[in-house]
Amino acid sequence: MSEPLLEVIQLYCERDDRVLFDNLNFSLNAGDVLQIEGANGSGKTTLLRILSGLTGNYEGEILWRGEPRAQTRESFNRSLLYFGHQPGVKAILTPLENLQWYAAMHPSIATGRIMSALEQVGLRGYEDAPCHTLSAGQNRRVSLARLYLSDAPLWILDEPFTAIDKQGVAQKERLIQQHADQGGSVILTTHHELSLGERLRRINLNLQGET
Amino acid sequence: MNQPASNAGVVPAQPGMAGLFWAVMKRDLMLAFRRRSDLLNPLVFFLMVASLFPLGISPEPTFLEQIAPGVVWVGALLATLLSMDSLFRSDFDDGTLEQTLLSPQPLFLVVLAKVLAHWAMTGLPLTLMAPLLGVMLFLPTEGMSGLVLSLLLGTPTLSLVGAIGAALTVGLRKGGVLISLLVLPLYIPVLIFGAGAVQAAVTGLPLGGYLSLLGAMLALGVALAPLAIAAALRISVSG
Amino acid sequence: MAEKKSWLPRWFYQLASPRWCYEFMGRLLPWFGVGTLFLLVAGTLWSLVYAPADYQQGNSFRIIYIHVPAAILAQSCYMLMAIAGAIGLIWKMKVADMVAKSCAPIGATIAILALATGAIWGKPTWGAWWVWDARLTSMLVLLFLYLGVIALHSAMESDTTASQATSVLALVGLVNIPIIKYSVDWWNTLHQPATFTLTEKPAMPTEMWLPLLVMVIGFYCFFAVSLMLRVRNEILRRERRASWVRALLDKV
Repeated sequence: MSEPLLEVIQLYCERDDRVLFDNLNFSLNAGDVLQIEGANGSGKTTLLRILSGLTGNYEGEILWRGEPRAQTRESFNRSLLYFGHQPGVKAILTPLENLQWYAAMHPSIATGRIMSALEQVGLRGYEDAPCHTLSAGQNRRVSLARLYLSDAPLWILDEPFTAIDKQGVAQKERLIQQHADQGGSVILTTHHELSLGERLRRINLNLQGET
Repeated sequence: MNQPASNAGVVPAQPGMAGLFWAVMKRDLMLAFRRRSDLLNPLVFFLMVASLFPLGISPEPTFLEQIAPGVVWVGALLATLLSMDSLFRSDFDDGTLEQTLLSPQPLFLVVLAKVLAHWAMTGLPLTLMAPLLGVMLFLPTEGMSGLVLSLLLGTPTLSLVGAIGAALTVGLRKGGVLISLLVLPLYIPVLIFGAGAVQAAVTGLPLGGYLSLLGAMLALGVALAPLAIAAALRISVSG
Repeated sequence: MAEKKSWLPRWFYQLASPRWCYEFMGRLLPWFGVGTLFLLVAGTLWSLVYAPADYQQGNSFRIIYIHVPAAILAQSCYMLMAIAGAIGLIWKMKVADMVAKSCAPIGATIAILALATGAIWGKPTWGAWWVWDARLTSMLVLLFLYLGVIALHSAMESDTTASQATSVLALVGLVNIPIIKYSVDWWNTLHQPATFTLTEKPAMPTEMWLPLLVMVIGFYCFFAVSLMLRVRNEILRRERRASWVRALLDKV
């Protein structure tokens, strides 16, 4: 295997006087799906926020394609799709407007794909309804539509299956599988049992390492 | 449809800085117009503050005429301050701020566009409304041009500096009062030269000097404030 | 973060170690303590007893021996706070953050001292406790800036975030201080020329400004002592889980 996409070296983070993880090392190659596990409060979300670059309060090194991430911020951001706790959807905008704005922030996205992405997540017909009139699950699907839009190789997904129905979960799982098959990488947290075969690797934060 | 960029060789063409700037502004303006009541609040506040002075001090025209420049300016300053808290708060709450910080687009421009949109919906209407308050406070007609021009140059600076405070406190629940503490001392120069310009216009002195100083402060604000705002946003989101 | 700072001198790394700083300050403290005591006692005696009275203001002018050092110190303290904050922000140096944090309450207190002595001085000189004099007003604004920094720091729960946020605020304030000073000066041109400058030959006779110089240096030493005490406390508080702090506390 060539150079790993993302490499984490001796990551240390403490929060509110508690060491969340110490000397955490792992690397992520193209085609990997990495599931972060751990009890509530074990720092799963914090780890994802550190990896995505939202939080700088850590010690250790994060390399992106072999270079310190801090120095390759722009190219890293171009390659990243982050799905956080808050869906990043404006309630008074419509799904279409929300995705148009996302496309404006990510110049590599072709705006022509937005309608088909909305169709994929089953929001066809809702594209002009303000998001606050949609259900919580539909709002999350607006955000998940970004998965169909983006051509970013690295996906960081924090609980992507919350408030999504069974059928939707299966569809998302297929999407992740497909993304990995095409050489993309995914880091995610979920309480859901993933059926992704040998692609899936797990890191348990309570055990501090790969399982 | 999903084509993970296996090589970084194909960098898509950037749709230009102007396109991004306009997209961000358009979104913020659209958001504001869908919540029209929020647009009116600073203006109503402005009107109310200005009408407190005759009630609290004296309705004597000669007296009001004297304090009018300062009162209108203080009112505009407080109204701007009042509107600052909401600048980044909803973006922070619904996660769009996170997405903004993680986008490859230059944060400097995004922030500048947001502040400009904010100014277009608070500072600009305040400036246009100021002559009405001037009339209520018996500001002589000669002072009106000075009032409008000084507010036109001064309120964008107020928005820029206020946005620093908003960015620093966006992660806090009780941001509102704190912003005032952080930002008010920084507003003092704008207030001094703004009110000075109106005073000069009333007494028939040339305005050029004041307006150049206000313009210089605005230029400095445009160049430096977005850096501070961007840094503050990263810190607030990080915490 | 990354260990790629080799162009920085060795002492810079040492400063980054809270333990080294704690011990180093512990060694400096007695010297500065003695220096402060000596300078302040000598300066006070000299300025209150031996320095000649002002021909216009009589003995009331002697308050400048406290007012001027306090005013100068309040300003340099803000500068130190902003610079330390910037260092903490750029190099993620914990001790710099602690210095910045410790500067704020000291600076605010000194600014209050400068304002109070200015007001007391104002009574015999201008006939009123408070005059909107340009320098007093600037000092008042400086106090506001300090209070903003303190308020922001105390509003934030995480030490790291609070330090970073207040550093940004202090830097913004630092850029603004000259503008504020200029605007306030302009606003009130009816003020005395600056009492004491290091570059120009002072207008005061030597026997008046020499004790002032002693007092200024004494104030700086006092500042150094209180800053080091505060920073040492802060180091102990933040590093309380480190083994060396535990060992230290066990000894007590």
